[in-house]
Amino acid sequence: MSDQEERISETTRLGLEIVKEAEEDRLMTLSVGPQHPGSGHFRFTVKVDGDYIVDCDPDPGYVHRGEEKMCEYRNFIQNIPHLERPVIHDSSNITYSYSLAVEELVKIDVPRRAQFIRAIASELNRQVYTLYWLAIYGIFLGHSTMFMWPTGDRELIIDLLEALTGARVTHAYNIPGGVRNDIPYGFKDRCLRQVSYFEGRLKEYEDIFYNNPLLRQRTEGVAVLTKEDAIKLGVTGSVLRASGVPYDIRKAEPYDIYDEIDFNVQYMKTCDSFARAYVPLLDMRESCHIIRQLLDKMPESGEVRAKLQPNPKGPPGEAYRRVESGRGALGYYIVSDGTPRPYRVKISVGSFRNLLALPHLLVGSKLGDMPSVYWSLNYWPVEADR
Amino acid sequence: MSKSNGSPSGNDKGDVASIVASNNDLPTTSVKQGETGSSIASKPSSSSAVKLKSEKTDLPRFERGIVDGLVSKFGNSIKIIYIKPLRIKIEVPPKDIVEVAGHIRDESGFDHAESVSATDYPKTGDIEVIYHLGSYTRENLSSHILALSTRTDRDNARLPSLIKVFKSVEYHERESFEMVGVYFDNHPRNDRFLLPEDWADIPPLRKEFRIKGR
Repeated sequence: MSDQEERISETTRLGLEIVKEAEEDRLMTLSVGPQHPGSGHFRFTVKVDGDYIVDCDPDPGYVHRGEEKMCEYRNFIQNIPHLERPVIHDSSNITYSYSLAVEELVKIDVPRRAQFIRAIASELNRQVYTLYWLAIYGIFLGHSTMFMWPTGDRELIIDLLEALTGARVTHAYNIPGGVRNDIPYGFKDRCLRQVSYFEGRLKEYEDIFYNNPLLRQRTEGVAVLTKEDAIKLGVTGSVLRASGVPYDIRKAEPYDIYDEIDFNVQYMKTCDSFARAYVPLLDMRESCHIIRQLLDKMPESGEVRAKLQPNPKGPPGEAYRRVESGRGALGYYIVSDGTPRPYRVKISVGSFRNLLALPHLLVGSKLGDMPSVYWSLNYWPVEADR
Repeated sequence: MSKSNGSPSGNDKGDVASIVASNNDLPTTSVKQGETGSSIASKPSSSSAVKLKSEKTDLPRFERGIVDGLVSKFGNSIKIIYIKPLRIKIEVPPKDIVEVAGHIRDESGFDHAESVSATDYPKTGDIEVIYHLGSYTRENLSSHILALSTRTDRDNARLPSLIKVFKSVEYHERESFEMVGVYFDNHPRNDRFLLPEDWADIPPLRKEFRIKGR
């Protein structure tokens, strides 16, 4: 027998063994991702028994870039652009909590007008992220209109943000001490017009997508995450609020001027996949109210940026600050040793925390429910990997 | 709850005040709201001496109540690092951490971990692991973060896992294992998570790991 024949017979023998084992315990292992279009840059393996998932093992890390290590080599200001990379669609929020933590360490007072402007930027950015997520959620439930509409409407908000910050997605706008530049001429009217248009569109989204009987059948009562489990797993953001916990960092620990804004925390008590998809829509609607109030209460003139030293540094110490991002609480833990560079930065992101709910929800579900469950978790692989 | 039955002795209060006053990291004034946050001067004062004095006398009462409850239960094993408005940090030895965490969950009301981060300190030869604990169930704690920290030797970094107390630490502890190299006893999986499967270097968040060219 030649070498080649030997190898083939060995391979056949191994293959037969695997088939035999599979027949014995009836389980099949499926690998989803990282090239699967439904998973993003993320891989997880599921074991199925017939139609039902009996085991799930997430394997993130395909887009890990070592953001936390990179922070230790750059000073507080240089860190801003690369910290946006994990969520370029929500870049104002991911730099917001970083700025808050640095301001606490370096002891910077932010001008009042700047606080309003960066709250507006982060509200608009949260809408951009949520629309992007909604588009993907729509297409993976087979609803191609729900891919087109949010993608198109997202462009309008991106244009608005481009006028404000100069960049389409990676703004580097929220910085320690305020915002990078003042709002352009005519921004307020343009923003109000956009908000009015967008509120009308949200009504249409609801009609065509959320009231669609097919969507309801595929999501209602699917993958229930009870309130107790949600608290135990420590999930955050829309996943938590869909499980009946009215918790929003903007309300729980108001940062900047959010304590002057009148808004309600949007939550639902049905705890299923539909609730997790519907709460972001409610959030976007509430966000429109918030933007109106912010524009109304914003001081007409004033500083937008506190003067910083060339290499800002504070006394040794540490800070933990968080904001509400599109995917939930986004916290920064920064340790400073008194030098201009942070000693240690830990980014606690919503996606990484919500990942724990994925095996919890998928085990026991049908394989066909996998896309609706996975995307309802509002999971952004790049952010989770950092 | 600890805040109501804590009723600390005068000695305890003195300890807390002296520790906080001696800490470099004094309470900042940027946090505006909270149970007691408003008692701290809302405008930053220009003179640091005035600031120090006012903060020494106006220790956040609610936060101190939480800590006093823990101190009265566990005594000397709890070391208070700081008490700021909305933020508390305590340090406990590794042998007590599971018990203290259980008490924090059941009595103090912090029900989940937001973040677990390990920091390498080569100068002192140890690694600090911090659990940032928050609360969803108690409304008066929703804005508070309790940082529970512990230290272990960096040459033989082993700590008991808190997974039995807080399920939410599971992936965070796994991340700390591979990034800083802290082995968590009783954790179901101390293995690769974010790093490549063939990673053969030291844990990358240790200080002796250098990025190429830097």
